[in-house]
Amino acid sequence: MYGYAGKLLDVNLSTEEIKTNPLTEEITKKWFGGRGLGVYLLWKELGDKWEKVNPLGEENLLLILTGPLTGYYPGMKTAVVSKSPESNGVVGSVLSSEAGIELKSAGYDGLIIRGKAESPKYILIHNEHVEIRDATKYWGLRGIETTKELMKEAYDELLKLEKVNGKPKEPAILYIGPAGERKIRFASIMTKWAHAAGYGGYGAVMGSKNLKAVVVKGTGPLPPVANVELLKKMIKQVYKTAYDSTTFRLWGTVAGAYNTAAMTSSEPVRNWQEEWHNNEEVTVSRFESRVWIKRFWGDYGCPMTCMKVSYIRYGPYKGAVTDGPDYELIAYLGPNLGIFKPEDSVYLSWLADEYGFDGINLGNVLGYAAELYQRGFLTKDDLNGLELNWGNTDAFAKLIEMIAKKEGIGKLLAEGTYRAALKLSEQKSADLLKYAVHSKGIGIGAHGVRSKKDYTGPLSYVTSVQGGDHTSIARPIATSEGGETRFIFYDSAVICFFIAWVGFDTLINFTNAVTGWDLTKEKWINDIGMRILHTQRLELLLGGPDVFWDPRISDDNPPRFYEPLPSGPFEGTGITKKEIDEMKKSYYQEVGYDENGIPLPQKVEELGIPNGVAAITRIKQRLNLL
Amino acid sequence: MSEVKEENEKLKKEEELKKEQIWIHIDPLRCSGCRLCEVACSLKHEKIIWPEASRIRVFEFIPAINVPTTCAQCPDYPCVKACPTDALSVDEYTGAVLVSEEKCIRCGLCIKACPGDIPRIPKGKPSVVICDLCGGDPECVKVCQEAGYNALTIIKGEYRYIYKTSLSDPLTRSKEIAKKVYGWEEW
Repeated sequence: MYGYAGKLLDVNLSTEEIKTNPLTEEITKKWFGGRGLGVYLLWKELGDKWEKVNPLGEENLLLILTGPLTGYYPGMKTAVVSKSPESNGVVGSVLSSEAGIELKSAGYDGLIIRGKAESPKYILIHNEHVEIRDATKYWGLRGIETTKELMKEAYDELLKLEKVNGKPKEPAILYIGPAGERKIRFASIMTKWAHAAGYGGYGAVMGSKNLKAVVVKGTGPLPPVANVELLKKMIKQVYKTAYDSTTFRLWGTVAGAYNTAAMTSSEPVRNWQEEWHNNEEVTVSRFESRVWIKRFWGDYGCPMTCMKVSYIRYGPYKGAVTDGPDYELIAYLGPNLGIFKPEDSVYLSWLADEYGFDGINLGNVLGYAAELYQRGFLTKDDLNGLELNWGNTDAFAKLIEMIAKKEGIGKLLAEGTYRAALKLSEQKSADLLKYAVHSKGIGIGAHGVRSKKDYTGPLSYVTSVQGGDHTSIARPIATSEGGETRFIFYDSAVICFFIAWVGFDTLINFTNAVTGWDLTKEKWINDIGMRILHTQRLELLLGGPDVFWDPRISDDNPPRFYEPLPSGPFEGTGITKKEIDEMKKSYYQEVGYDENGIPLPQKVEELGIPNGVAAITRIKQRLNLL
Repeated sequence: MSEVKEENEKLKKEEELKKEQIWIHIDPLRCSGCRLCEVACSLKHEKIIWPEASRIRVFEFIPAINVPTTCAQCPDYPCVKACPTDALSVDEYTGAVLVSEEKCIRCGLCIKACPGDIPRIPKGKPSVVICDLCGGDPECVKVCQEAGYNALTIIKGEYRYIYKTSLSDPLTRSKEIAKKVYGWEEW
């Protein structure tokens, strides 16, 4: 088998048993890698009891996976997959990290983490040497301190293991911050201070296992490929595409801070009450001149280097350091909170990184709280004296700390926007769900749908198997190359979305150069991608144990998205329920769901999803559809 | 007469060789951490992507402090001198250190002798790996320039002793640069 190491490392934190499991071509040809492989592994082990599995319980699995293109395709990612404490289905989450290439160089396609350690631990991997080590002294440390202290200890260990072989490069360190340790539902798994696997809330899963970090170093070659000469040629081809993306290379996604609002009216402003602003204070040039200290920052093999490094050397937020920040965090911890100042967005992003939050869902819940304050549903008393006015950066910073420490209202907000909205609606005896901008428990990414001018469409977050995730959106025609299976490809090949603008055919050819297969676009869309999509759909609809979805209700946009845009060049435009209903109907037909949005038994049979039909019966039973 | 002539020719040839010598200048502040250099190097020398077998390696102990390291062709060649099996030799044209896979016994003495801890024995490789300057046209420099970062550049001409002083332990170097960039007394 080319392109794969052919085995998975399996670490049980309860029993401290460490073993390797074979990964066969029979499996990889059906489930590929990354998100797809994770969806399968979870299904295989937990599928029969899915509704009963607590995402934050000992029985859940945390998977850190590579894909067949990881390390070979320029620009790499590492996939994190588990039963999500946000959606209760599976979210394929990816982060920019060398962990993927280190795992492959160590001889593994991925790492399965099961059980729960008795006390804080970290896993150290150096080729075949795998160790569960004490992490008590790192528990409670924020991102920068964790990286620093753990790097010292782990590197010393690596030097010992290398004996006379010289100095290895630094290992990849995946870690959680205090947010993950406290099992906050939107905690992320972090690396290198500012890189996060946010969607899914897997920092909380890692925290629930008492696992502070995974440190990995591989010193062997990547697994052999089928056609190395072709690979070399294709790598050059991808480089060329990256070099031609001059705007993106120069400014990364930071350019969106102004553009997405001013040009396409699709940026969250004050909890999505608006999607437009033309405040030039947050244009990329201000970030460039005031906070960037490094223009090009990339991970292994990436010619795009869209990441920038921000560091504040002056003023009240002196010392804050993060990346761009990327557009999502600028939007969510900037305009979404009524904040229009580069330094303030950098500061809040840095706090999000330091505590180990998913900055999107953190900004989402902060915006939600601020809107409730604006409308008088939350008072100063509810907020321990905070005046949560739009634009009050320091108040938002304090609230972030309260969430991280689960203090006061922070305890409730730590459950994420959707769950907090359910509880607050009860407490305040009012419908406060209507201000929650989420889909399936996941805060919607900073690309709105009302103006219809962004890459998203009205259906994006309605039927996506990853809820509000803006990097895995549903689009008609579902069976075309623009459908959700394309996003599934990125996360399953485990490559970066931002350097995959080479055309789908090139991605397929690249896969064949690595694996030696005869994959076609059609086979991806109708077979592999569709199998992953349907399995994820089953997992999502089974849900539980604390939250269940009824697609007849939850396959929808948040109420806010049905309000016409109140400002900007697209004022008055919007989407209607009727439009969504029609789109949903044809979408269901295209992918093979019934009229209620449940996968058709014959479709899951045809796709060969083990026990798929039984799962459909369970879903229908719960929804009284039998 | 002929002896003098021979001597002159020898000196002339040495002069010519000195002019042809190259050295890879590294500017860590320009390095993006993209590691296209490592991809290019390992694809050329090992026919596969192999981060730890790349003859140039970019360390990132501290996020965004990217420190490329490779052989600086010390004029006194401590690694070559330290080798107990004559596995290391010097290329007379480029000045690069050449490794004989057959003679190398993976003892690590060259690594100990190196002021920058540059040579490396990656898992599964029968010998130590050291930069051979690709015979005078290094792939790493080409790709770094093509990508527009110019963290790596070629300097031609007679070797200057200062080149050797650019070498130090990668962790120490990373801390020094981090101190400058982030202003942290200690990391």
